[in-house]
Order: sequence, then structure tokens, then C-alpha cells
Amino acid sequence: MAAPSLLLLLADGRFPAGAHAHSGGLEAAVAARRVTDLATLAAFLRGRLATAGLVGATFAAAAHRAAPAADRRARLARLDTELDARTAAPALRAVSRRQGRALLRAGRTIWPHIPFADLPGAGGGPHQPLVLGLLGAAAGLDRTETALAAAYGTVTAAASAGVRLLGLDPYHVHALLVDLAGACDATARDAADAADGPPEDLPAVAAPLADIHAEVHATWEVRLFAS
Amino acid sequence: MRAAARLVARADGRGGTTLVELRGETPLLLRQVPTRRGGVTVYVVGGAAGPLAGDDLRLHIEVGAGAAVRVHTVAASVALPGRPDATSRMLVRAVVAAGAALHWLPEQLVAAAGCAHVAESRISVADGGALSWRDELVCGRYGEEPGDAVVDTVVDHGGRPLLRQSLAVGPDAPGWAGPAVLGGAPATGSLLVLDPSRPAEPPLVTAGGTVARLPLAGGPATLWTATAPDAHTLRRHLTPPEAPLATA
Repeated sequence: MAAPSLLLLLADGRFPAGAHAHSGGLEAAVAARRVTDLATLAAFLRGRLATAGLVGATFAAAAHRAAPAADRRARLARLDTELDARTAAPALRAVSRRQGRALLRAGRTIWPHIPFADLPGAGGGPHQPLVLGLLGAAAGLDRTETALAAAYGTVTAAASAGVRLLGLDPYHVHALLVDLAGACDATARDAADAADGPPEDLPAVAAPLADIHAEVHATWEVRLFAS
Repeated sequence: MRAAARLVARADGRGGTTLVELRGETPLLLRQVPTRRGGVTVYVVGGAAGPLAGDDLRLHIEVGAGAAVRVHTVAASVALPGRPDATSRMLVRAVVAAGAALHWLPEQLVAAAGCAHVAESRISVADGGALSWRDELVCGRYGEEPGDAVVDTVVDHGGRPLLRQSLAVGPDAPGWAGPAVLGGAPATGSLLVLDPSRPAEPPLVTAGGTVARLPLAGGPATLWTATAPDAHTLRRHLTPPEAPLATA
């Protein structure tokens, strides 16, 4: 196990990778009046963790698994196309690559020895979970810890956006995150186990509204969050 | 109940399609019906209720170069509970060659209360092949909460991943009815159109934010994804454009 501080550091919303600029689809869900209060936010977080949370955590774990491999470049390239195939909405593919680029910028300076050149996605940047997987490996996190940082990030981004978008009491929103802690840990364990499977069998849990919300959001001229 | 069915189509050399193999067993019976245009149309005729938990149904479809096949089902299938702790499975494997077309346009899958059902599709389309593939799921019969159902669709195009999508509803799928996944909509589904003769169209959201048109990354393919208040509305959103392929 890595120094516990490194897990906290990678999972921290203050890590300079721009996570605070994203609402994880919440801004569009609020605008569609599908999330209006604490109860609907709780349901949103639970659904997001079980879908995008599990998929992102699994791909972070799979990239972590690929990190020490001799054929790392080929494995990461395959993970990249597999994640594209799980991300039907072009807006979500773009967001994942934009967040990957931001994480990569931070990682290149903080851990200059990481083989980032093996990451695919030259055009739009690498998918965020793949960068996170390499960072987790470089920081000495194990696979489950790396998956945990990914799963945790998918719910905390949306939760703190909920405070800003709906004016909710941050104490109550954090109580939701406490309720989700067990599910978040279980998601990380499931993701770490799933990462052993062949790339085509990795989880592909879909959320139709996440795709629809992301495409609506991408057409807005004025928005508080980048996604 | 276990059943396996096979459908193999080839070009007949005169611009049409011939079925070189068409066999099924109850409850997966296959019937060819006359078609006005080229290509063949086959209906899957449910020969029994269900699927019931414990059932294992497999359908293999092969469409050879130059052939065109359209598959429908005569009625919705209603996944029902069966043996305790058992799951019902329906696996469709399809292989579509270059210059071939497969249109899989079945009726809806209804996940009844207490069901445990997995609908798996594994589709491989060669470069230059065409595909329309519709998955529709209705969560529960009227006024009923659904059991557990997973609709898992895996499509490769030219040996590369095109679509991986697994939609889970029911008590084992946290948050499935909530605002991140279906937002309380009882019907949902998608229509994939892979057509090498037409570029994918740009993204678009319609029907008051319930339907999205999504160009995929891995090929000339578009996915329509929809949520709907009922099965009829869903079908309206997921009806492919008329005669989308020259060979059909």
C-alpha cells in the first residue's frame, strides 16, 4: 500500500486538475428539473456511481494494471477504444478527454518519470480514467485505491456542484456522501476485480439520461460548469 | 427451457438473398415471410410464455456478403420469474459480412415484477457491412415495478469496438429509476444504425430532452437513445428511416 497521504492527495478536489469546473452532468439534470432537492440529488449520486462511476473506476484500474506491462502502449490504446465504445455521447467523450488533458498537465510536472507518452488520444487528449490509472500506479497506490479515487471523484464533483446549483446545505450534502461511502468502496472493489477481465468484457453500464443531458448541456452558450 | 436457433443467409447471385439455414426450437421458432423488396424477412415466433427465469435461449444469425436480412418478433417478450435464484438468458450472436445488411427490429422486452433476465447481444460487422439494431425495454407491466433486467449490447465493427452498452434496471441496479439514469421513465431503448454509405449525423437532442442522436466514435454509426413514458412513444422515437440501405 502507498502512503495514505497519496491516496488523499489524488482524490482531493483541490488537486490541480480542474475537477471543480465539472458538475458530472448535474447542471443539465438540474436545468431539466430532474434534480430539485436533496432527495433527488441523492438518487442522482447513487445512479451516477453505479454507471459512470463504475465504468470510470474500472478503466482507471485497468490502466493501473497496464502500467507495468511491456505492451503498455498497446493495452492503453485498446482501453481507449473500449472506453470510446462505452461513451456514446460525443460531448461525454470530449469531456473525458478534456479532463484527461488537465490531469496529464498536472501529472507531467508532479511525476515527470511517468510514461505518459504511451497514452493514446493524441488529438483530443487521453481519457481521464487512463491518466488517473497511470498516476495511481506511479504514486504507489494499489489497484483498488486507484479505482476508489476515480469512483469518489465521480460523486464528489456532482455533490459539491449540487451545493452551488441548488443552494443546498453543504452539511446535508456531505451527509449524502457519508451514506454513499459503503457503495463507493464496494464500487472500487468491483472495479478492481473487473479490471482483470478482457477489455471487451469490462463493465459498460449505460445511463441514457447522462448521454442526453450531456448533449443538451454542450449546446448552452452560458453555463456554470464545463460539464 | 433451453433452445437454440440459427439463421444463415447468403446472396443468391441474382441480387437477392436466400436462407441456407433457418431452424429453431420452441420457444425460438423462425418463420420467413414474403418481402416486397430484396432481402428476406424473418419473424421470431414465441412458442411459449416467457422467458421464465431459468430459460436459456440462443439465436445465431449469419449474413453473408451481399445478403440482406430483416428480423422481427411477432410480439413483445415478457421476462417472468421462474425457478428461485435462477436467471433467464437470451443471447443473440450476429455476424454481418462486408456488403451485407442486418436489421434487427424486434418488439419490446418487458421486465415483469420479480423477473431476473439478461438479454445479451454480440454483434460483429465487417468493414462495409450495415446494421440496424434496436433494443427496447419496458420496465414492468402496467403499474408494476420491474424485476432485474440487463440489456447488454456489444458491437464490433471491422474488428474494433463500436458500442458497448449495458442497461440495468430493477432492485439490483442502484439509482436506475433516478435522475442520473432514467428519471422515472418506464420505457427506454436505443437504435443503432451503422451504414457505410451514409456519414454519421451530428448530435441532436429532441422530444423535450428525452431522445438523443449520438454519432459514435468507432465507425459510420449513429445511436439513437431514448426514454419514454410508454412503449408506443418509445417506438416512435426508435423507428429507423424507411429503407435505410440499398440492399434491404
